[in-house]
Amino acid sequence: MFSALPTAQFLTKIRGLPRLSVEMIEETGPVFMLGFMSDGGFFDEMWAGGEAARSPYAAFHDWITDEDPARLRAKQREAEEVFRLTGITFNVYGRKEAEERLIPFDIVPRIISGREWQKLSRGIEQRVVAINAFLHDIYHRQEILKAGRVPKEMIAGNEAFLPQMMGVMPPGGIYTHIVGIDLVRTGEDEFFVLEDNARTPSGVSYMLENRETMLRMFPELFAREKVRNVSNYPLRLQKSLAESAPSGTSGDPTVALLTPGIFNSAYFEHSFLANNMGVELVEGHDLRVVDGRLCMRTTEGYKAIDVLYRRVDDDFLDPLNFRPDSTLGVPGIFDVYRSGAVTLANAPGTGISDDKAIYSYMPDIVEFYTGEKAILQNVPTWRCSDPDSLNYVLDNLEDLVVKEVHGSGGYGMLVGPAASKKEIRDFRKKLETRPSNYIAQPTLALSTVPIFTKNGLAPRHVDLRPFVLMSPKGIRITPGGLTRVAMKKGSLVVNSSQGGGTKDTWVLDD
Amino acid sequence: MLGKTANGLYWMFRYLERAENNARLIETGQRIALTRSGATTDEWTPVMKTTGTDAAFSEKYEAVTKESAIDWMLRDAENPSSVRSSIEAARQNARMVRTALTAEVWSAMNGCYIDVKSKLTRRVNERDLPNVLGLIRQRTALVRGATHGTMLRNDSYDFARIGTFLERADNTARILDTKYYVLLPTSAPVGSQLDNIQWETILRSVSGAAGFRAAYGQTVKPTEIVRFLILDKRMPRSLNFCCSKIRDNLGYLASEYGDKRKSHQMADDLCRRFMSHDVEAIFDYGLHEYIQDVVAALNSLGHQIERDYRFFA
Repeated sequence: MFSALPTAQFLTKIRGLPRLSVEMIEETGPVFMLGFMSDGGFFDEMWAGGEAARSPYAAFHDWITDEDPARLRAKQREAEEVFRLTGITFNVYGRKEAEERLIPFDIVPRIISGREWQKLSRGIEQRVVAINAFLHDIYHRQEILKAGRVPKEMIAGNEAFLPQMMGVMPPGGIYTHIVGIDLVRTGEDEFFVLEDNARTPSGVSYMLENRETMLRMFPELFAREKVRNVSNYPLRLQKSLAESAPSGTSGDPTVALLTPGIFNSAYFEHSFLANNMGVELVEGHDLRVVDGRLCMRTTEGYKAIDVLYRRVDDDFLDPLNFRPDSTLGVPGIFDVYRSGAVTLANAPGTGISDDKAIYSYMPDIVEFYTGEKAILQNVPTWRCSDPDSLNYVLDNLEDLVVKEVHGSGGYGMLVGPAASKKEIRDFRKKLETRPSNYIAQPTLALSTVPIFTKNGLAPRHVDLRPFVLMSPKGIRITPGGLTRVAMKKGSLVVNSSQGGGTKDTWVLDD
Repeated sequence: MLGKTANGLYWMFRYLERAENNARLIETGQRIALTRSGATTDEWTPVMKTTGTDAAFSEKYEAVTKESAIDWMLRDAENPSSVRSSIEAARQNARMVRTALTAEVWSAMNGCYIDVKSKLTRRVNERDLPNVLGLIRQRTALVRGATHGTMLRNDSYDFARIGTFLERADNTARILDTKYYVLLPTSAPVGSQLDNIQWETILRSVSGAAGFRAAYGQTVKPTEIVRFLILDKRMPRSLNFCCSKIRDNLGYLASEYGDKRKSHQMADDLCRRFMSHDVEAIFDYGLHEYIQDVVAALNSLGHQIERDYRFFA
């Protein structure tokens, strides 16, 4: 989720589209041929810098300007058909049960140079190492609290802190087997981490299917450009999970993926990953604790599981240890975990590291555990629990983005510059009632990447979620990740639940 | 394999088979209604009786009309066996067991669901009915074809086949049971020809009219219809054929898992019924009673398979 400031100037300018065909000129009014972003405003990853496309986009730009828009439109429709038939859909909460929707897919790739990626991936690795070290520390000696780098009350009073994890050592010492780091860009060399996702990050199936779709539709593009491969992600995930099995595991570890079920919004992804890893996709009612082991009910009886990649939240994991009303989990699974007989990926309690209030301490956290300055910048953040910050936020609501500390999916947030007077008034009340529930950030001038519209190319705001795998044997980062794009003109919210779409993301082998 | 997955595969293919069978029943009913000029006899009640939904139908509708009967069997969401409900259930199960299906089978199933659903969002008028029914049979056949062509011959395939043949056997048995009285020796002098409409209904309901003629010639005798639909192993919808397929697939499971379970004995017993009876013996026993026995045996076999392979617990 991200937000930035749509200026009036930007909204006017965005109407000008780079030319793809002569017909479109009439429909769209003034046409800015190229470089419509060159005079300030937002950084467009294709057009910034003037006349020519930026170098990572040069070859693609040559290709697309030679293409017949009618063919591209046909390809766009074809892509949607592929997605529908493959069932790459998500369920929308709060609507009719089981309603399945497609996430819009745009055929213009988001392209990152090898050099840019190298820096990003070093920053990501550093951050993930620090997150894991932080979790281990918080659930053991709490040195960082003793050193005063993170205030004690940020942990003690935090809903995301799981006291049951105190003193529990996860197999291999890994807490965060799968992490998604949300990045945004504001300029040539300016990347920010918008948030860390250390619980159960989703979206990787879209990354993979987007690439498959592009390969199928435009094979000629991949012949021209060296795009780094992402399709081995499921194998690497399987390997990484197997490497994280409890130390007593004999033979090949049995891995399974736990889904809340067919009505979950990410069910497609769960079945996709299980399928491509070649592991069982289980639900709570398939599992049971037998003789101190976590077991699944098979046609040949109960079979032990060594590693459970769970896509069920902590709260619902174990009705005996956490929420008693949960029907999604397995009674007693946490006791098996504590005894070291099963690996849960990710470990319970990782939410304390991606909590939005903890986020603001990430630069300190990185430095504390790695001894280095953070390579990736944080977005400046006001913690509303602090009275001075709260006052500042209340005085500047029109210019800020305010988020719930535990919120996700773009729900429950205020985008000041885009909000009505009434929305700001209402939000002010919420803030005053429960300040510690909120953080605020400045609206960022988020970069744009063109999307293909019926009138040609038009810039839209994007973010990027790279996916990181971690096992005792090491860290694997898939080159690229999921680019989410706000399909609505001027919109800053990219969440699929709010009408966002996705793009294939290319990291070039340069 | 998870017990849940075995269950999902079994039901996916049962529902797929059910959708196809119901489309065939509607086609037959429609055909009979059209060719029987001026007759007022209600052809639709027995058809709905065959699907076991006649009681629910009469709760919703006061009288049986062609339109209401077709709509009920084709697309009524309140009818759990309607073609639409069956295809939705098949697809729902397919989603659940997607990891056990090949990409081809899944996309054939999902495509079947998307296309059939779009044709069934509104009431289907009579002019469009043949095309819609044709589409249903074609799209379900595509799923079956993809299953044959791409699935590994392992336990996934076995559960899919067991579901298919249990449903099919059940369907053939029900067709026979709703019409058994016209096949009884007492209803006409032995060896006499049946009322054309009656035998046509029966044979068309199982896509067997041409097959019957090829195997038994133009003269239709009730004993031979009974032989054809119960004992004839050449006929892919006969009880004998379906039950031996179930037994075979249970046999593959036994060799894959290395053990025999209760359901294997039950399937053997069921198949023995068809070996040890010639058609006269069936009539001696009582056709209706015989079919009732088979339906009951199929039922308990289904339940035993659920228990043996831990579908639920």
